[in-house]
Amino acid sequence: MALFGMSVAMLALFVGFGLLIGILFGFFGMGGSFLVTPALLVMGYESSVAVGSGLAFVFGTSVIATLKHRDLGQVDYKLGVLMIAGTTAGIEVGKEIVLHLQELGLAGSIISVTYVVLLGGIGAFVTYEAVKGDGGGGVDHDVEDVDPDEDLSDDIPEIAKKIQSYRVPPMIDLRGGVSVSLWMILGVAFATGLLSGFLGVGGGFIRMPALFYLIGVPVPIAVGTDLFEIVFSGGIGSFLYAMDGGVNLGIVVPLLAGSALGARVGSAATSIVDEDEIKVYFGVMLLGGAVAVAVREIGNVTGISELNVVSMVLIVGSALLVSGAVVQSSLSALRESNGSGSSIPD
Amino acid sequence: MIGLSGLPAWAEAAALIGVVLVEAMILYVGYGAVEQAIGQKLIDRLTS
Repeated sequence: MALFGMSVAMLALFVGFGLLIGILFGFFGMGGSFLVTPALLVMGYESSVAVGSGLAFVFGTSVIATLKHRDLGQVDYKLGVLMIAGTTAGIEVGKEIVLHLQELGLAGSIISVTYVVLLGGIGAFVTYEAVKGDGGGGVDHDVEDVDPDEDLSDDIPEIAKKIQSYRVPPMIDLRGGVSVSLWMILGVAFATGLLSGFLGVGGGFIRMPALFYLIGVPVPIAVGTDLFEIVFSGGIGSFLYAMDGGVNLGIVVPLLAGSALGARVGSAATSIVDEDEIKVYFGVMLLGGAVAVAVREIGNVTGISELNVVSMVLIVGSALLVSGAVVQSSLSALRESNGSGSSIPD
Repeated sequence: MIGLSGLPAWAEAAALIGVVLVEAMILYVGYGAVEQAIGQKLIDRLTS
């Protein structure tokens, strides 16, 4: 029996993998999409299908996340539209690079190396910050109860203040009392769009820190605007790839079905478990993903096919380890709450 | 795959993205309803 050209066993595998990714996304607010494309590459899909289907998955996931944030007034639409313009150009350039590299037969290797560097770098940073114990190193997508019109300019990082001091006109006034050059916004948007188009990721784990550290947008507004922007960048990116046959619904539909459920579990867990306790696992998972892609490339170069299996086990195992840690910690916290008779947050 | 092979590329691409969008909205509403209906019972069962 087959649906969308996939066996039921494969569909079940994608639903299960989506569930793990959804738990991670719901809990950490990031960490979903950048596992999908490497996993699809490891499974032997063409680079354009792995990237295009990854983007379509990002699009569906961000629609669901944005629906949750829409009523909280945490979206700067002016910034969002400017980000969309810059990101669209970046995605188109990123896609052209992937298609060109694919013609040269280099796409898989170069995308893999970029993933290893990016995932390994962020994984090492998150792990270091978690071990150091100051609670940094992650991107907080939690919905915070703040007034979006409140002047939060005192909270912006020094580097953002420095960048804002270069007043290249036209200047754009943003929510939270921030004024930034249009060119800086478009530059950040183009760079993150390029990575989205090249790697098949939403770019949130790069754009969120970029909005905060480079442009100086307060975190709650950066989160809402980032999600709003990902809906469009993911949608446009997957549309462009779909035009060239790069979106496989047999992959996207079951992944999304699993991740939407997992995201609810992960979101609920944020009110029960201390994120800092889990963050070290998250850093290790990113490092595991980087090692997995490196192992696959070594397998391709040396012709040792068993390394592909090792790589797949590393990716799924890392996601399973961290999502399992989130669920286990949540259940333990709930049991403790029940035992002590205290109330449990929704 | 979903009977769109006769359409131009842009229309087929738009239909594919439309399917993902509709699925996302159905999942948001559907899982929300399921969570409301059985979420608390499930938590009680898991922690009892």
